[in-house]
Amino acid sequence: MSADRPATSLDGDLALPRKNGELVFEAPWEGRAFGMALALTDGGPLAWNDFRQRLVEQIRTEPDHRYYEQWLAAFEALVTDAGFVTREQLERRAAEYRSMKRDEVF
Amino acid sequence: MSGEHDHEHHEHDHGHHPEPPSDVEARALALESLLIEKGILTSEQVDGIIRTFEQDIGPMLGARVVARAWVDPDFRKRLIEDGNAAAGELGLNVTNLARLSVVADEPGVHNMIVCTLCSCYPWMVLGLPPTWYKSPPYRSRAVREPRVVLEEFGVTIPKNVEIRVWDSSSDLRYMVLPERPSGTDHMTEAELAGLVTRDSMIGVGLPRVPAAQS
Repeated sequence: MSADRPATSLDGDLALPRKNGELVFEAPWEGRAFGMALALTDGGPLAWNDFRQRLVEQIRTEPDHRYYEQWLAAFEALVTDAGFVTREQLERRAAEYRSMKRDEVF
Repeated sequence: MSGEHDHEHHEHDHGHHPEPPSDVEARALALESLLIEKGILTSEQVDGIIRTFEQDIGPMLGARVVARAWVDPDFRKRLIEDGNAAAGELGLNVTNLARLSVVADEPGVHNMIVCTLCSCYPWMVLGLPPTWYKSPPYRSRAVREPRVVLEEFGVTIPKNVEIRVWDSSSDLRYMVLPERPSGTDHMTEAELAGLVTRDSMIGVGLPRVPAAQS
């Protein structure tokens, strides 16, 4: 068991026992990915269970990815399968952000 | 600062990103901007959800439920029978969410919760799951060697106490009702709620012990 996985996080948590609101999002995009998925599945147009199935699948097939990367990939699968956006649109838009042609952030 | 970008449809006060976003950031931005354009969600909705889970629905909701169960035996009974209905009695909006099942510690039994498949968590009463709850090591080891995991959290469970590990699912979320600490007879319900930690409702911690009266 590598030293930087469970033990460290347990220690980190124990170090601040009274801080219930532990930092759960390590980067803003993680919070956005979380919020988007809940907006569409918790009383939204899509089913939470359909999202959860894709999340389980991502965790199973990409176990080494970080949790919110798995989450984001599951959400991409959910909205493309639902026909809300296409993979092509997503690729194009992401490329615009990477090349800084687009800089609108949320 | 306004009106500088004549034909821009969006406003961004500090929009210039000094560096290009990472691949994963760009994907998240692409998703949100497209879903907003298509009228499927608004950024305010996403803001609201993040705020709710970070602040409003913290573990304090669960702590209120636990404290009520400690002072009101009838409520405790209803809570164990039907978690959603009992939480609803306290004004918590949990009716349209997954089933909440409350498992009670008792002499000889210690409960803890996990989601071995992903990260199912009783959000409605505990807020967002801590990072370690979602980590593969916790998910697998909580079932395989719960006593060792609890030791790492600083909780030693005597050998003669049975540890029950409850595996959550999308439809069924468990929450632990810890035992009321001794020496708390004089405390009010609100004071008792202050003893209930998030970890004690996951089962990897115990409620705080009240400061000794001198």
